Amino acid sequence: MSRIHVSTTVNGDAAEFLCDPAASLLDALRDSLGLTGSKEGCGSGDCGACTVVLDGEMVCSCLVFAAEAEGRAVRTIEGVAEGSVLHPVQQKFLEHAALQCGFCTPGFIVAAKALLDRNPDPTETEVRYWLAGNLCRCTGYDKIVRAVMDAGAQLRQERTPA
Amino acid sequence: MPSPAYHAPDTITGAIALLAADPSALPLGGGTDLIVQMRSGRIAPGAVIDLKRIEGMSGVRREGDVFVIGAATPCSALKGDAAFSAAWPGVVEAANLIGSVQVRNRATMAGNLCNASPAADSVPALVAAGATCVIAGPGGVRQVPVEAVPVAPGRTSLGPGEFVVEFRLPVPREGGGDAYLRATPRTEMDIAVVGTGVCLVLDAAGTCMAARVVLGAVGPTVMLVEEAGAALVGSRLDDDVLAAMSRAVQAASNPIDDKRGTVSYRKAMAGVLARRAALIAAGRAQAVRGISR
Repeated sequence: MSRIHVSTTVNGDAAEFLCDPAASLLDALRDSLGLTGSKEGCGSGDCGACTVVLDGEMVCSCLVFAAEAEGRAVRTIEGVAEGSVLHPVQQKFLEHAALQCGFCTPGFIVAAKALLDRNPDPTETEVRYWLAGNLCRCTGYDKIVRAVMDAGAQLRQERTPA
Repeated sequence: MPSPAYHAPDTITGAIALLAADPSALPLGGGTDLIVQMRSGRIAPGAVIDLKRIEGMSGVRREGDVFVIGAATPCSALKGDAAFSAAWPGVVEAANLIGSVQVRNRATMAGNLCNASPAADSVPALVAAGATCVIAGPGGVRQVPVEAVPVAPGRTSLGPGEFVVEFRLPVPREGGGDAYLRATPRTEMDIAVVGTGVCLVLDAAGTCMAARVVLGAVGPTVMLVEEAGAALVGSRLDDDVLAAMSRAVQAASNPIDDKRGTVSYRKAMAGVLARRAALIAAGRAQAVRGISR
């Protein structure tokens, strides 16, 4: 089967790769582009470890064919920090110890940022429902939810004119 | 998984030709069922025909007194259409109970219908709303009621090479309201053990003029329960009427017994949820009419 040439945008930069038609976007990100931050947990859309933002909406990259990325814009965990400056969601995950093994963390951070980008003041219930598609087997979720709530508070403070 | 060909045609005609060229080819909408089934080895299409590059296949539009929903419209995008959300809140809520945010940003109601799971959440709501779907294929284009598509778990009435192009829902009649409720063992990320969709129309005095009561997950396919709808018509949804409607729902329910719910639990809950959904639908109809009861 011939490979497909795909031109796309990843974290704001033009990117090109060749892929097998059955390859997932996650496969292409990890194996062709070397962006190994997104993880494969379940491969069936249940765990959210592979969460990326595709044309502004968060999706499981394991359930997107790599070929579908042609002409689209993809944002991954590698594009969340600005250079060496962590995004508030990342900083708060560290402060609240919202990770243990860390495998689910990239997916949680991409998903949490996607929430705060559209709703900087979510309720705890909104955070919990939004993150229902991200599974963590270590933390019990409480620290993650607190980190996201706290990141939202910081983002609101940063946006408020002094 | 074995490698299929991937095609992304930009016209319906192109998609029909590609699907006709390979009898094992399958259309791709959101892929949240298709890709999972391919990866598990359950299906091995020779080609995947991505419908999302076809104009009009994504998004909600209004054509006269009809809402048209492109088959590749993700469930979450329905919430973004204010007019459609106001007209058919039950349909929008049902579609947005499926999976996670990540899944709903890809998954479509057409996929939910064609996957033909008896527990599909959006299907009872669509049937209650009286939705039809437009199906294209090598024999041309046809339009059928949504309930005519699923014929058994995992099987549809679509012929070889046919695929859903769009859903068509009427603009609700004056005094119309709809609702969908489901029961799941967990509060999120779960599959219905019972789902009930209700659509009804109230006149200015609050009398029910028309009603459709629809069940999911309590039989091999979605079920339009005519007797339950008929029980509501002509009434003001008093307690004895709602009880009669619940009995009709329970009588029609024919669920399986499994680890997620017993037959008796599913039957009982079907009656409870149909009653609650009818009251929500009536409340929405009254809000439109400004009736207080």
